[in-house]
Amino acid sequence: MTSSTIKSHISIKDLNMHYGKNHALKNISINIPDKKLTAIIGPSGCGKTTLLKTFNRLIENVDGTNITGEVLVDGENIYGKNADVTNIRKKMGLLNQRPTPLPMSIYDNIAFGMSIHGIKQKGVLNEKVEHFLRVASLWDEVKDRLHSPAARLSIGQQQRLCLARGLAVEPEIILGDEPTSALDPISTKHIEQKFVELKEQYTIVMVTHILRQARRIADYVIFMYLGEIIEHGPTEMVLGNPQHQLTKDYVGGAIS
Amino acid sequence: MPKEINDDDIQNITENIDELEITAVSTQQSTPLVKTGSNPLRVILDGFMGKVVKAMTIFSLLLLVLIIIGLVLKSIPVLKDNPLSTLLFSSQWSPFKGEFGFLPFILSTVYVTLIAAVIAIPLSLFTAIYLSEYANKRFLKYAAPMLDILGGIPSVIYGIWGVLLIVPFVRDDFSAWLGVDSVSGYSILSGGVVLAVMVFPVVVQIVYEVLKTVPHELREATLSLGATKWETIKKVVIKRASPGIIAACILGFSRAFGETIAVLMVVGNVVQIPKGIFDEGYPIPALIANNYGEMMSIPMYDSALMFAALILLVIVLVFNVYARWVLNRIEKSIK
Ligand SMILES: Nc1ncnc2c1ncn2[C@@H]1O[C@H](COP(=O)(O)OP(=O)(O)OP(=O)(O)O)[C@@H](O)[C@H]1O
Ligand SMILES: [Mg+2]
Repeated sequence: MTSSTIKSHISIKDLNMHYGKNHALKNISINIPDKKLTAIIGPSGCGKTTLLKTFNRLIENVDGTNITGEVLVDGENIYGKNADVTNIRKKMGLLNQRPTPLPMSIYDNIAFGMSIHGIKQKGVLNEKVEHFLRVASLWDEVKDRLHSPAARLSIGQQQRLCLARGLAVEPEIILGDEPTSALDPISTKHIEQKFVELKEQYTIVMVTHILRQARRIADYVIFMYLGEIIEHGPTEMVLGNPQHQLTKDYVGGAIS
Repeated sequence: MPKEINDDDIQNITENIDELEITAVSTQQSTPLVKTGSNPLRVILDGFMGKVVKAMTIFSLLLLVLIIIGLVLKSIPVLKDNPLSTLLFSSQWSPFKGEFGFLPFILSTVYVTLIAAVIAIPLSLFTAIYLSEYANKRFLKYAAPMLDILGGIPSVIYGIWGVLLIVPFVRDDFSAWLGVDSVSGYSILSGGVVLAVMVFPVVVQIVYEVLKTVPHELREATLSLGATKWETIKKVVIKRASPGIIAACILGFSRAFGETIAVLMVVGNVVQIPKGIFDEGYPIPALIANNYGEMMSIPMYDSALMFAALILLVIVLVFNVYARWVLNRIEKSIK
């Protein structure tokens, strides 16, 4: 209802996805609102991660997947014949469940993405590395050890580093697959705050299994069940006044 | 309205349970849930097994020390008669006259192994990368057992294959391409090729396993920055796997230095310093294997051969120590 009036960045039409014989996504059609934080919720195994990975075509790296339908990003079907997959992926930063620092220094983690996209001048790189580390509120903690391996950071710091690294390739969209589930409460708060700040400029889609987190920070919620979108809409509607029985059960804690 | 409060309560509880689980896991590590003290036999066995595994480990490490001591003791006569510099850097080799210059053997060993490394390392790396990053499951199903078999073929068969195929190929075709005349085909090149083929399956298998340990998420994270598949492999996957890859090469080539029979069959066994890849050579293992039968009939010869074995062992040790040092440095840069 409301979705047609909101400008959408990612727009999905009749998306179906199979892992071999397993029909993991069923007739997904949805518009993800621009410059908003959208949370995907639903019980384990319902296809949240799978849906997220169809947005940047990471899903096709899995053996035996079959996808039909359209995912439009900025109006372009990313599964179209002429789609440039590296360019599509560059548009979206990804945060995984566990932080994934690259096997290199803190500095190089941020500089890596920029350098593969052609930024090589030391001065520019230095400036941008500092900028994005500041955006992720990590600069003060790491400024004295930029050249030590990123793997030595704490898990929470690593996740902020991954956020900074994703932002450094200047995406328009941020995807998070339960980005706080491996973090302690303080680090979780850090990431949540960042997300709230960043949604002014970015479209954020985040999978979460913590309903309170969705309540705290999401503008928009998608509830999935067994590969289908059951209900979606503004957070206060889906979580506060769910229409569908399955959503009511999930929000009420009857299914988890 | 009351329902709403209920929801939040449930959510609160589930979140608390989440946290509780986390604490439960972490306490498990420090204080065992079951007290081992309740059953004295288990405590005794526990302590006993700890000692057994330690003793076994020390025993196997002692073996290395014992081998070295044995070889040194046996080498003393030849070391007394000849200065070390002559033994290592002279190429005069006439056992009857008591002249033992090992340089031709040392260099042949190193050259043959180097040629094998130059051929086998890129080949193994690319094969392992293909198998781990590109090949589909069906291809793997056939490729994996083939590699197993290749790795299990006895070396004498590789030797025969070398004599029947590689030696004539080097003699007739390869030398012609490079415009070299009148070569016998028995050469350090043939030795290196045969050795490369032997080391290849071992290195491929280990590197494949190492690449498989690189988390899938790391590849996804790199791809999501807009990196191409090859950039991801080259700059992240290989980098992350590099300590393991180096360890695989160390293992493969520690074996290669000492590989005897297959190399001996194709390398020519002429005592000379090889000047080119088409020259015959005489690696240390071949020297020992060819002559241990008559080592008692010539004075000092037995001691000289023991010294040869000692040199081989030292080469392998030096190579290992150096490679481990490189490995450590790389590990420190990523961890
Ligand atoms: N690589 C794969 N190969 C085959 N099936 C898969 C694969 N990954 C996921 N699936 C299946 O697809 C379905 C959706 O999985 P998905 O990981 O998207 O669930 P999820 O909602 O993210 O669950 P969770 O909350 O546990 O992370 C599940 O039935 C799962 O078993
Ligand atoms: Mg998931």
